[in-house]
Amino acid sequence: MADLVQVRAVTKSYRRGGETIEVLHGVDLDIARGDFVALMGPSGSGKTTLLNLIGGLDTPTGGAIVVDGRRIDRLSSGELSAWRAAHVGFVFQFYNLLPVLSAQRNVELPLLLTSLSAAERRRHAAIALALVGLADRARHKPRELSGGQEQRVAIARAIVSDPTLLVCDEPTGDLDRATAGEIMALLQMLNREHGKTIVMVTHDPKAAEYASRRLHLDKGTLIADGAGA
Amino acid sequence: MRHPVRALAQIAQITLINLRSLPQRLGTSLVVVVGIAGVVGVLVSVLAMGEGFRHTLASTGRPGRVIMLRAGSDAELSSGVDRDQTTLLAALPAIARDGSGRPLASAELVVMVDLPRKGESHPNNVPFRGVQPGAFAIRDELRLVEGRAFRRGVREVIVGRKAAQQFAGLDVGSRIAFRDSDWTVVGTFATGGDVHESEIWADAEVAMSAFRRTGYQSMTATLADGSQAGLAALTAAIRRDPRLSINVLREPEYYAKQAGVLARLITVLGYTVAAFMAIGATFGALNCMYSAIASRQVEIATLRAIGFGGAPVVVSVMIEALLLALVGGAAGGALAYVYCDGASLSTLNFSTFSQVAFDFRVTPALLGQGLAWALLIGAAGGLLPAIRAARLPVTTALRAV
Ligand SMILES: Nc1ncnc2c1ncn2[C@@H]1O[C@H](COP(=O)(O)OP(=O)(O)OP(=O)(O)O)[C@@H](O)[C@H]1O
Ligand SMILES: [Mg+2]
Repeated sequence: MADLVQVRAVTKSYRRGGETIEVLHGVDLDIARGDFVALMGPSGSGKTTLLNLIGGLDTPTGGAIVVDGRRIDRLSSGELSAWRAAHVGFVFQFYNLLPVLSAQRNVELPLLLTSLSAAERRRHAAIALALVGLADRARHKPRELSGGQEQRVAIARAIVSDPTLLVCDEPTGDLDRATAGEIMALLQMLNREHGKTIVMVTHDPKAAEYASRRLHLDKGTLIADGAGA
Repeated sequence: MRHPVRALAQIAQITLINLRSLPQRLGTSLVVVVGIAGVVGVLVSVLAMGEGFRHTLASTGRPGRVIMLRAGSDAELSSGVDRDQTTLLAALPAIARDGSGRPLASAELVVMVDLPRKGESHPNNVPFRGVQPGAFAIRDELRLVEGRAFRRGVREVIVGRKAAQQFAGLDVGSRIAFRDSDWTVVGTFATGGDVHESEIWADAEVAMSAFRRTGYQSMTATLADGSQAGLAALTAAIRRDPRLSINVLREPEYYAKQAGVLARLITVLGYTVAAFMAIGATFGALNCMYSAIASRQVEIATLRAIGFGGAPVVVSVMIEALLLALVGGAAGGALAYVYCDGASLSTLNFSTFSQVAFDFRVTPALLGQGLAWALLIGAAGGLLPAIRAARLPVTTALRAV
């Protein structure tokens, strides 16, 4: 069976002022179904850029990206929106929960893009919250939760519509060591017990140890592909 | 959008999220609401003034009555009809008679007298109308609200209700002096809110000698046959008689013309002031919505990352702008209604150079127009920010934490 994610000779350039800066210089990468990949590298090396391309938030300047058998580098922005809704769950460094909504409502958001009824949405959100260990915080607003709890809610939101791929950009970047460990354990559990394929950017080698595979990006080029764990 | 119902649910959800964060943006939102309330308040109250003025004049007179002026003049003050002509006119068969065969007609003279408004000292032009006994029979809308009618041949006046309210010294029993005549106020009359309520009435013969006039300005009469044919018969009879060079107009037509210049001026003024204010309010709304979007860009980008489309974002921003505008418009309309509707004002009618008292009329149509302006301002102020919100590059916005 083909890998879930295939990145082929992907380049990405940004125009800033008059000049064009190439941030990714022909990246090749395969991620198997059920893999848990940690993407590391110095600041500015292009980790977020690569992650956004895999997650369909942006389109590459050159090369091809296939996810689950579908070329996503050629999709229009409207098609990409629909594709993301169906296939990708995002986890961000600063959680990006909507402050006016309860944890439950935040988790339900992606389900508004499905054909589920309101009752089904509530049920699915409750299951996702229970999975991240926050069943008792469903009615809390984000500001009434700790950082670790907020990130758990964000993870529940990312998995609630059962996406093909979880994409996490420094999910522990804003958390203390102990809490970071709990979040990583949660992601590992989702990967091992629920078969979620995860691509995660991190600066933290301790966090990277939870992944099954570590990649290093330097100045826009993948320099190592260390299999491990 | 493949599923319209889902699209609506998305719009509703995003709009709800936007509105829930309104309390954090109360300041700029209030600027929009207050700005639009100001535009609508001014627009509606100025137009209500024009509307009230027009209504007062337009409700003067009955279609079955005519006013006859010298050919070529379009207002009583510039007209002149001499005694012989009024006798000839009253005798025409096209004019109605009462039970004892007297013509239902009144030859009238109008002079301007100076009176200060209550609490002021500088004089204003107030119309003083000398009327013949027929005046009361033909104007069945007239009723005395206080005192009695003037007696014939005596220097007594009755005063229109609005004139009595606005000008000093017109209470029943008081005496008023003009150049060389003294008059006693013996009654107050109402004519259903029309222009005559701004006038002072006296016996035509007495007025004529007191003001040293030899002729009248006009003759008002009831048509024997109120139809178009009846009017045509009167016009034809006047045209056949070489001694009569007289123009005949139905009363409502005459008074509507009198309203023309000033009512148009007030309307133009209202629209002009409101348009300038509307430009200001539109920039206020633009500014508010731009800052609302700036403060929400991470939220919007997050929703887009999750898979929400651009269209629901545009629509929800527009809905927010329109809701703010609607609140402002309703507030402005309500203020205009509470403070202006029915409020009395008196102004110089440019057509007749006489004071006309009238009430502001805040009509449902004006309120509707005010709300339409509010929504237009909201739409103009919301559109560009809404489009910017939808175009926001998701990856850039996500970096803006
Ligand atoms: N929209 C953009 N326009 C111009 N340059 C950009 C844009 N987005 C990213 N870049 C540049 O691309 C390079 C890579 O950025 P990226 O965010 O992918 O790095 P990163 O590895 O995620 O860094 P960090 O660890 O600091 O998050 C940087 O030099 C950045 O300035
Ligand atoms: Mg980054």
